[in-house]
Amino acid sequence: MTVQTERPPSGPADVRKADDGGPGRPTPRAASRAGALAPYLLLLPACAATVLLLGWPLLKDVLLSFQNLNMAQLIQHVTEWNGVDNYREVLTGEDFWRVTLRSILFTAANVVLIMVLGTLVGLLLARLGKRMRFTLLLGLVLAWAMPVVAATTVYQWLFAQRFGVVNWVLDKLGWHSMADYSWTSSQMSTFFVVTLLIVWMSIPFVAINLYAATTTIPNELYEAAALDGAGGWRSFTTVTLPFLRPFLYATTFLEIIWVFKAFVQVFTFNGGGPDRLTEILPVYAYVEGVGNQHYGMGAAIAVLTILILLGLTAYYLRIVLKQENEEEAGL
Amino acid sequence: MKRSLYSRIWPNATAVVLFIGFVFPVYWMFATALKPTGDIISEDPVWFPTDVTFEHFETATGVDHFWTYVTNSLTVTVLAVVFSLVIALAGSFALARMRFRGRRGFVVGFMLAQMAPWEVMIIAMYMIVRDASMLNSLVPLTLFYMMMILPFTILTLRGFVAAVPKELEESAMVDGCTRAQAFRRVILPLLAPGLMSTSLFGFITAWNEFALVLVLNKDAEAQTLPLWLSGFQTQFGNDWGATMAASSLFAVPILILFVYLQRKAVSGLTAGAVKG
Repeated sequence: MTVQTERPPSGPADVRKADDGGPGRPTPRAASRAGALAPYLLLLPACAATVLLLGWPLLKDVLLSFQNLNMAQLIQHVTEWNGVDNYREVLTGEDFWRVTLRSILFTAANVVLIMVLGTLVGLLLARLGKRMRFTLLLGLVLAWAMPVVAATTVYQWLFAQRFGVVNWVLDKLGWHSMADYSWTSSQMSTFFVVTLLIVWMSIPFVAINLYAATTTIPNELYEAAALDGAGGWRSFTTVTLPFLRPFLYATTFLEIIWVFKAFVQVFTFNGGGPDRLTEILPVYAYVEGVGNQHYGMGAAIAVLTILILLGLTAYYLRIVLKQENEEEAGL
Repeated sequence: MKRSLYSRIWPNATAVVLFIGFVFPVYWMFATALKPTGDIISEDPVWFPTDVTFEHFETATGVDHFWTYVTNSLTVTVLAVVFSLVIALAGSFALARMRFRGRRGFVVGFMLAQMAPWEVMIIAMYMIVRDASMLNSLVPLTLFYMMMILPFTILTLRGFVAAVPKELEESAMVDGCTRAQAFRRVILPLLAPGLMSTSLFGFITAWNEFALVLVLNKDAEAQTLPLWLSGFQTQFGNDWGATMAASSLFAVPILILFVYLQRKAVSGLTAGAVKG
């Protein structure tokens, strides 16, 4: 199973059956005219909700980004259009580019760690015996299931300056300067803990799905590889890896999108601090917009962030859809 | 011989280390919640809670408005899930069972909607809600949460609907059922497990939502549990026992649901929407 929702959990065969059965069925003419409208009527509530609750906020965000909207205008309910001033200010300022670069580096570091470690754990799952595999799966599922806010709070406690268990361990390992170390006091240490938290939370998704994907590799392929004299490493690179490539590709993009907008972890752990040094784009938009009450500016930052995310998402969907077309063609 | 023993041991050894690494934070949360304060603020950590106490849970639930938060969270989450199930059921039936122009377009549209950057749209949502004079109300929260889980619900239910054999429905219609009756009497009962697991994932997403309620509802009367939890540390200084008790209370329902759903998670059903 790959990481996508387009394909139903029951596997592609069932959908094809359902789809192919459609047009061949004879229907009375009157019923077919009403029937032609039926799918649209059934989809109407969902589409209306999407337009109203998702489309409108998106549009509103764009509109706000062209307004001079600070606390004064907010209280007096006035709309002051100021053209592209917000964008000019954001794009010519140093902050935005610094935060963007930081976001990219942060995302890259996280995603590389998640994908490499997640893949290794997934492959390990495939090698384990039944009981051990179940145990590790249980551990992974627990970490995966932890609600983000709860997990962040727990990490604050693990890395607490006083009585935090991490500092105690580091101290006992001979790193005595860490005994009373404040992890929230510097940019790098904050990022370190947040990264650890995100990687810890994200590995299970990659590992479990990757393990599930490896179970779908036909054994004959390995047998054929073994007959051709391939060793462990070679059968991995010639059988396992090509088989998993589409999965890895799609998952990487999914993780990029998720990490890029990891607002809650960064915000609740240290509020983007110290000195706003760990703000990534979504946090920056929030602090500028809601925190400092420069709503127009915040909206402009948000629009720019959304554009980046939209590009990433479009690329991800292209991968998924292409993969699916290939699968359908191959069946 | 020596090599095979080695290659048998290392995967298991690694697995044990990984298991500890993944479970420890969860374990430490529960352990801290159950330890008396003296054991929490001791120079050397007390690894196993020997004298179990529930005082921290009392502190955590004794906070002003605690039951308001619980009620709010439950109301918002349950309503959002129910609304999105109803809307999604209609849509997913069309997408799974009918052929029409633009069908693929709808599917791609919902896939795009599933990836919506909610965290970044907060300012616009705040303005909309404020202009409607609906700040500190559960209504906008419910509607937006419904929308957050709707695309996932549609796409997942579509798979479940497609998995019900079409012949069953057809034979019901041959026996004189209308299409609506066939749907209600034949497909719906068979969909129950699918509805169940889909709604649970929706529940998890809405239960965990933090960013939107943080901005929209400043009034304690209209806040939900994630805010209670994140506000804990500032409110109680370094009362880690109570903070961890709060975390445990918040996480337990989700942990139970998730472990129960793990089989389905493995079948790839989770893609996207579940991750906090």
